[in-house]
Amino acid sequence: MIGVTTPALQVTGLRYAYPDGRPALRGVDLTLAPGERVALLGPNGAGKTTLVLHLNGILHGGGGRVEVSGLPVTPGDRAAIAEIRRRVGIVFQDPDDQLFMPTVAEDVAFGPANLGVRGAELTARVDEALAAVGMTEHRDQVPHHLSFGQRRRVAVATVLAMRPEILVLDEPSSNLDPASRRELAEILESLPVTLLMVTHDLPYALELCPRSVILDGGRIAADGDTAALLSDRELMRGHRLELPFGFNPAAAGA
Amino acid sequence: MGAGHTHALYLDRGGRVHRLAPEVKIVAVLLFTIVVVVTPPAEFPAFAGYLVLLAGVAAVARVPALWLLKRATIELPFVLLAVALPVFGHGERIDWLGLSLSVEGLHGAWNILAKGTLGVLASLLLAATTTMRDLILGLDRLRVPAVFTQIATFMLRYIDVLADDARRMRIARLSRGYDPRFLWQVKAFAVGVGSLFLRSYERGERVYLAMVSRGYTGRLPHAESRKPATREWALAATLPLISLGIAVLA
Repeated sequence: MIGVTTPALQVTGLRYAYPDGRPALRGVDLTLAPGERVALLGPNGAGKTTLVLHLNGILHGGGGRVEVSGLPVTPGDRAAIAEIRRRVGIVFQDPDDQLFMPTVAEDVAFGPANLGVRGAELTARVDEALAAVGMTEHRDQVPHHLSFGQRRRVAVATVLAMRPEILVLDEPSSNLDPASRRELAEILESLPVTLLMVTHDLPYALELCPRSVILDGGRIAADGDTAALLSDRELMRGHRLELPFGFNPAAAGA
Repeated sequence: MGAGHTHALYLDRGGRVHRLAPEVKIVAVLLFTIVVVVTPPAEFPAFAGYLVLLAGVAAVARVPALWLLKRATIELPFVLLAVALPVFGHGERIDWLGLSLSVEGLHGAWNILAKGTLGVLASLLLAATTTMRDLILGLDRLRVPAVFTQIATFMLRYIDVLADDARRMRIARLSRGYDPRFLWQVKAFAVGVGSLFLRSYERGERVYLAMVSRGYTGRLPHAESRKPATREWALAATLPLISLGIAVLA
């Protein structure tokens, strides 16, 4: 993208191979403008999670370049990587993996505390993040005692507390009941951040993200308007993407 | 802090002892136990004194005696050994109800029984008045190496998740007609334990990735800590101090 503003995320020629030598990413190029909401679609094994783990430098070393608001991800530089991990907030698929502290509030405080935030400022961050996902009254509860949907929302809060510039969500709607799924959508829409959402839930992608990217075989196979991509039957079939029975993206988008 | 943490040993009474800072209580129980252990076993009045002292603490903490005694049964396997000592002991013997008992063994048995019971009761009182979370925080503030407190924190968080995993796996086994009645049928259970280990191991990796993504660098942030007031230290110190007094007087 050529523009005056720095892209929120710029991935160029990203490559990665698994330790056994199997290629996972074969030159991925992706640019996200600030404030954009983009869905990352693709079949199982397309490399979506691998791509996500590159965005904050957990995986690296295969070649290519990742820049977050102009700051390159340089795995060797501890200070830079700490800043990258503040800017890129990843919400993992299983909230039980993300929530590991004994109480909700402590877990939300974990990220900002790692950034050196302390005292009243830390409490304020926790309150703000929990309020953003509507979980304020559960702050002293044990994560295990919350419902799955509530845990997913707390997982989003743990990342929001770090005030990220890009929020990356791995399968945000998986295992949620329809009401929790809708509540989460409302929360995500209200957040003033750039959003990258990995999902198999195509109606959810259409609802939240004007733009979609299809990743298949470690390459970007398509990039464009979500409704247009979902309506392209050939493209969809070619990448093992299927809409739910009876779902018509043209009618839903209108 | 720690609201909603219930474990079998905790008794939520909100008494004076409950409100003491955890590290203060840990130190008091530790010192008390040391005093009890170094008391010569023949000083019978001293042990009676310790028991009265613990009863007093239990009364202040509003922990019912029966509740304590029920949980003190954990001691039984150790007491079994103590029962065997007089029978199999050496040296001078006395006859009692037709049994020939060793005097040395009797002393040994009394030693184990009295000190063990007092130690168990003191620990139970600590557990009854302090949540798991606070115990870990207390240990952390007492400068116990972070490795131990971190492991305990993770255990506290994931023990329920693990139990749930195990329960779901058991239900899935039972749903497929598994009915382990004989020893040779435990194979499925054993394999289940193995896969539970693997699942936990993989979860550990995912948890770690999620932590690193939030800037984890090897140290958990310290929870907001409140320094216990001198008054709390003084109040808790009464337990080891009085026990020390009893030991010296007896």
